[in-house]
Amino acid sequence: MIYLTRRYSFSASHRLHNPQLAAELNQRIYGKCNSPYGHGHNYALEVTVAGEPQPATGMVVNLAELDSFVERTILERFDQAYLNDDRDAFASAAPTTENLCRAIYHLLQTGFCAAPVERVRLEETSWNAFEYAGEREGE
Amino acid sequence: MIYLTRKVEFSASHYYHNPALSPEENRRLFGKCNNPHGHGHNYVLEVTVAGEPDPATGMVIDLKELKQILEREVLAVFDHKFINHEVPQLNGRIPTTENIALTLWQLLEGKIPGARLHHLRLYETPDLFVDYYGGRARP
Repeated sequence: MIYLTRRYSFSASHRLHNPQLAAELNQRIYGKCNSPYGHGHNYALEVTVAGEPQPATGMVVNLAELDSFVERTILERFDQAYLNDDRDAFASAAPTTENLCRAIYHLLQTGFCAAPVERVRLEETSWNAFEYAGEREGE
Repeated sequence: MIYLTRKVEFSASHYYHNPALSPEENRRLFGKCNNPHGHGHNYVLEVTVAGEPDPATGMVIDLKELKQILEREVLAVFDHKFINHEVPQLNGRIPTTENIALTLWQLLEGKIPGARLHHLRLYETPDLFVDYYGGRARP
């Protein structure tokens, strides 16, 4: 089994806020990330697919296919966006990078057919990153 | 168990071509990577070995020795080579990052005394890399 990882980047803004909680509580939980005007990040996205290299091509996946799928499905949707406006992805949850990471994983898992998506890793800044590989038994 | 990683870099060129397919099919599958004059990369290889620190030295492996092994088994074979023409160790496989990682595993396995080869990560560019655990699933 070979794991192939491709890195992408996009920029987006968000405000960490749970409308079901009182304003003071939001402020206490999210601190400066709760500022009503939001703030932005340059996200770095790593997408890992798993498989055996196909004998005819030597490739686990044709990168052009992966790139165009990620471009269409993830980057066009989230790049230069205000994440809180994406009601489908964040209907009931604050657009934390944890939730964004999981949303991207599910979009890739259910939509990309050329190779199994093994994990998604999302860097919010150089200092923090989140990784999701689906739910496994015992977790 | 301690996992120790050493990094080496090599520069090499390659192109993707499957002689069993027509020129048009090769062009369609591999795009600009099919140019017969090749193109180059600065590859970065991370080699992770696993073992227990030797009580006498506190080391999993003598780094100097590991460096010499990597110079002999990796750099002497791949650095400043046109992989398609000068690296017979690929054994007819198309020199994709996936297949280079498989070949590197074959070259290194069993050559590192006192420690077990655990993981290879091979970067073709900072935005593309593969992980290989000798065919095992990602831990």
